[in-house]
Amino acid sequence: MSRNERPETGAFYARDRAWQPPALTPLYKTSVLRSPQKALLSLDGTKSEITGPVFGHNMLNELDNDLIVNYAKPGEMAIGERILVHGRVLDERGRGVAGALVEFWQANAGGRYRHKKETYLAPLDPNFGGFGRSITDEDGYYWFKTIKPGPYPWMNWVNDWRPAHIHFSVFGHGFAQRLITQMYFEGDPLIWKCPIVKTIPDEEAIRQLIAPLDMNSTIPMDMRAYKFDIVLRGRRSTFFENRKEGN
Amino acid sequence: MVQTLDYLKETASQTAGPYVHIGLTPNFTGIHGVYDRDLGSGPLYNDKTRGERITIKGRVIDGTGTPLRDALVEIWQADTDGFYNSPSETRGKADPNFLGWGRCPANMDSGEFTFETIKPGRVPFREKDPRLMAPHVTLWIVARGINIGLNTRMYFSDEAEANAEDPILKTIEHRVRVPTLIGQRDGDVVSFDIHLQGEKETIFFDI
Repeated sequence: MSRNERPETGAFYARDRAWQPPALTPLYKTSVLRSPQKALLSLDGTKSEITGPVFGHNMLNELDNDLIVNYAKPGEMAIGERILVHGRVLDERGRGVAGALVEFWQANAGGRYRHKKETYLAPLDPNFGGFGRSITDEDGYYWFKTIKPGPYPWMNWVNDWRPAHIHFSVFGHGFAQRLITQMYFEGDPLIWKCPIVKTIPDEEAIRQLIAPLDMNSTIPMDMRAYKFDIVLRGRRSTFFENRKEGN
Repeated sequence: MVQTLDYLKETASQTAGPYVHIGLTPNFTGIHGVYDRDLGSGPLYNDKTRGERITIKGRVIDGTGTPLRDALVEIWQADTDGFYNSPSETRGKADPNFLGWGRCPANMDSGEFTFETIKPGRVPFREKDPRLMAPHVTLWIVARGINIGLNTRMYFSDEAEANAEDPILKTIEHRVRVPTLIGQRDGDVVSFDIHLQGEKETIFFDI
């Protein structure tokens, strides 16, 4: 049994709340009425937070990680820049998180989402749904094929545009690791103008959301690649956890 | 200079945005044919699951009292005997017919979310502190305008005795806030509204 297969039962490292975005970020207007005003109550992990659901690879369909074709009519494909997005889900100790469910969703090449409430005038792509999922392998590795999403205007300040981005939702091994984030693309000048990006106070934390172009992983004459690693909270060693004399 | 600690930093959270349904509940937003069903939808139990059937209903409410119609809620809970269906569960084997996890988007008109589940059993507080927590369901809330998922717990109004000795509820300094964590049970239905801010603001945890 490898280290990754041995279930871990320690509590998670405390979340760095100065690194994570605070709840109230008035330049992102919707946060004003949706942010708690009272302090969070600290709760060092109990069984209820240390544990979490695990999903088996058998829940995946063959095309779940190929957004170019998973919604397309037979023989057709989504329109746009063909890209491979790949990386590892790690924890703060640098260990790959095996068996992590990664779900992702995005707009099409023109910045249009396939959603009932979406009203942007850019057209839908009849062959693009805009979502997929994957489960990391024993090293924490995942990948999917998609088209690069377009920037997207939104009703915040008068002329706000989201940078090209892909939303990610990740399950680790404990419910306390649950994370939703967004991936941005290297070199996009909209990143540093975006009020949602700038909810994150630390520039280094923002850079960690920007996926670099990865020419080593491109598929020649087919698709370019972007590499995006995701780091979940680390957890304290169970060795120390169970030691009779304490930590 | 000393050595560097060499830990990585957790990836920063970003809002789930208004179109979270595309990725997490595509069938709910009318995108059919890719996933057979939305992950975490429907009852958390099947015919063989042990335990008392209950329905949890609630809304996520903003600072003006308006329900969010684009929130998404996930729950995580123990089985009827207080075991989690997770590899990190060390005390025993959970009911194989109960995953213990569910996901529900708020109704796009009313803002209501619903979980058909079972009432969880009591779970010990910590490895070294075997006091029992009162039955509770852990909730995780994301939405447009929420920069990092909010964690809370729902306890049960018909468990007054267990709630009174719950190691977490007991230590809450502002007693006036404790009721924000208690789901109100009426028959098989437990109602639990989550207030994001203001006078009735729900207690959220840094877990």
